[in-house]
Amino acid sequence: MTTTSPVCAPSPSPATRPGTAVVTGIGVAAPNGFGTAAWWAAVLRGESGIGPITRFDASGYPVRLAGEVPGFVAADHVSSRLLPQTDRVTRLSLAVAREALDDAGVDPAGLPDYGAGVVTASSAGGFEFGQRELQALWSRGSRYVSAYQSFAWFYAVNTGQISIRHGLRGPSGAVVSEQAGGLDAVAQARRQIRRGTPLMITGGVDSALCPWGWAAHLADGRLSTADDPAVAFLPFDAGARGHVVGEGGALFVLEEAEAARERGAAVYGSIAGCAATFDADGSAHLADAARLALADAGVTRHDIDVVFADAAGDRAADRAEAAAIAGLFGRFGVPVTAPKSMAGRLLAGGASLDLAAALLALRDQVIPPTTGTRRPADDCPIDLVTGAPRRGVRLRTALVLARGQGGFNAAAVVSRAD
Amino acid sequence: MKRVVITGMGVVAPGGVGAKAFWELLTAGRTATREITLFDAAPYRSRIAAEADFDPAEHGFDPAEAERLDRAAQFALVAAREALADSGVQDTLDPSRTGVSLGSAVGCTTGLDTEYAVVSNSGRDWAVDHDRAVPHLYDYFVPSSLAAEVARAAGAQGPVSLVSNGCTSGLDAIGYAAELIREGSADVMLTGATDAPISPITVACFDAIKATSPRNDDPATASRPFDRTRNGFVLGEGSAVLVLEEFERARRRGAPVYAEISGFASRSNAYHMTGLRTDGREMAEAIRAALDEARLDRTAVGYVNAHGSGTRQNDRHETAALKRSLGSHAHDVPVSSIKSMIGHSLGAIGSLEVAASALAITHHTVPPTANLHEPDPECDLDYTPNTAREQRTDTVLSVGSGFGGFQSAIVLTRPRLAEAA
Repeated sequence: MTTTSPVCAPSPSPATRPGTAVVTGIGVAAPNGFGTAAWWAAVLRGESGIGPITRFDASGYPVRLAGEVPGFVAADHVSSRLLPQTDRVTRLSLAVAREALDDAGVDPAGLPDYGAGVVTASSAGGFEFGQRELQALWSRGSRYVSAYQSFAWFYAVNTGQISIRHGLRGPSGAVVSEQAGGLDAVAQARRQIRRGTPLMITGGVDSALCPWGWAAHLADGRLSTADDPAVAFLPFDAGARGHVVGEGGALFVLEEAEAARERGAAVYGSIAGCAATFDADGSAHLADAARLALADAGVTRHDIDVVFADAAGDRAADRAEAAAIAGLFGRFGVPVTAPKSMAGRLLAGGASLDLAAALLALRDQVIPPTTGTRRPADDCPIDLVTGAPRRGVRLRTALVLARGQGGFNAAAVVSRAD
Repeated sequence: MKRVVITGMGVVAPGGVGAKAFWELLTAGRTATREITLFDAAPYRSRIAAEADFDPAEHGFDPAEAERLDRAAQFALVAAREALADSGVQDTLDPSRTGVSLGSAVGCTTGLDTEYAVVSNSGRDWAVDHDRAVPHLYDYFVPSSLAAEVARAAGAQGPVSLVSNGCTSGLDAIGYAAELIREGSADVMLTGATDAPISPITVACFDAIKATSPRNDDPATASRPFDRTRNGFVLGEGSAVLVLEEFERARRRGAPVYAEISGFASRSNAYHMTGLRTDGREMAEAIRAALDEARLDRTAVGYVNAHGSGTRQNDRHETAALKRSLGSHAHDVPVSSIKSMIGHSLGAIGSLEVAASALAITHHTVPPTANLHEPDPECDLDYTPNTAREQRTDTVLSVGSGFGGFQSAIVLTRPRLAEAA
């Protein structure tokens, strides 16, 4: 990389620059916990949410494990009017957005006109809803396709429904870059903060646990075929054999730092730097994305206290990521972790969940563990935090990495509040 | 503040492939709407669409590629190639400073639709047979594959993503690309949108909400924005891809410039997934904000490229929004909807409309609204009926409105090459 983004010039106290985006609210739905508190407690206990699929009969498929969000009762979170109009992904998104707003203690109605927007990451839209309608179309005919299909399936559905429920009329949209989307959406929301919108809801929540979604994942061929949840997804392990798919993710309330301070909001941390690159030529530019994000944040590699890895659970992809991290920080040069080992890979929700983990790690001064993997393979020279959380560390700044199938790379630097 | 200019353009649209054919169709006021030929639409309420005559082999796709790539991907690749060649930028590209921002409302819906019939045994089996799926099903499943295809074709290694904001995807993807150049994250962006939605599931879902026109007996005049006799939009397909370049960079290499992207803004109505409030206030606010960013007074607008979908709800909403934002100037400025000729290609249409807006500046011509013979009394602006108008236009406003409540506005201006940034 020869150039860096000049937008955020290096400054000693990034959290106080005008236009700085800080996180004031977090909402989570994850296979190992619904709700931020339940999930984070499970993560620190090393509790996995990966298990046999219950959402549909998977017995006939070569992959039968997934991470399903437990204990989510849609009717508790979505009105009876909205239920028939929404896929599970939208119901989860609405619940998670509400948690984030409640956590931030902000009432969007009190904001200036057009003062709040929504940018979510999506990967496949309301795919289960889509399967039902495709089934109706092909088995019964076009007249049996639901009037709701036109807006229940498409990729912007979660953004639109969150915007409507909370009356958010600012700049909004949806970003698709597979697993990198969970960071790309946050980067786009941060841009809107810089352009003058005081509050954004952003992140990603995803779900496509239906036979049709499963067929797509199986065609992709990156899934672990193990039946034992304890060894199915082993990022950076010599025995890595693919990943497990999960559902869920995280949404954030992002606010302009000054506005957040004025209203006395509790701040988790700032989204200090973001960047994205693409592997057009087959070579991996993940490290370039990380370098650009550091430069955007105005920090150096020495400032990074922990890295949340993309953690593909595939030998070649793990080696490439370990090489990128070691190239940037030195061999075993920085603690690395992948709590997604307990949740699976959540499509557009995964990187957002990692961002939530990074923010809570900074708050609690603890690095959550990577479970399953006992030690990284010899060709992955990284200081992977395994087994139990690592405490007694000083955490001020974290780097979150994400890769999307097809060549997408994204990186975000998160800095602790104060 | 960095400035952003359009230095290349590629188009796949109903009525012809290539920017030249596209502009000829629009300025002739010809329509490309017809009976659906892409599948047997006999059982459907709306059996008409604006289809692109597109032969993959003619554009260099071998049978394997033609099979692997969704029609939307093929459109985008052909448009991107034309845009790159047109701009002459290719030899000067720094891959790490080149990105892609592609819009699409429904992604690879045609591929998904076709594949579903195969794996579900024509809808007989809910537990679909994954062994019958094509190996590239995942690329249809997550439509960022569309942006990835364009990025690989261009060798882009900078920021790449798919923007999917329903029917404002095209405008929003271009606005986002301009922002990436302005903030310094890229010097060159390939941007635009693609959609190939003329498939059974999409036609069926618009049938279900009666959003599309059932004027099956007269397809050629079925898309009638702002006309009293309109009865819904006509589905379209296509793609436009633009090369956006940082202004100084374009000037240094002596690139031809179509127009400058001077302002962009979007708002949401937070009202209804498909409905619009009649007062048009969110679109009006997007227009105001886009003009502010362009540092232009509303009276500077010389042409409004309308969303003009041809639904009663839209036409009234949009007319109200223009009056609200432009004041009395709304009555003085020509407005037109090219959807009257090439239909409504969902997310792609915004990119085609920005391309048309740039060409309006370049060619001193305002394209018309075709099929406008009996103006809706509630739509009382100058919609440039039926015949293109020769007119020097320095500033064009293009607006869009989409499911999810999205309202977007983009401002294009004639490049002021002599002026410093």
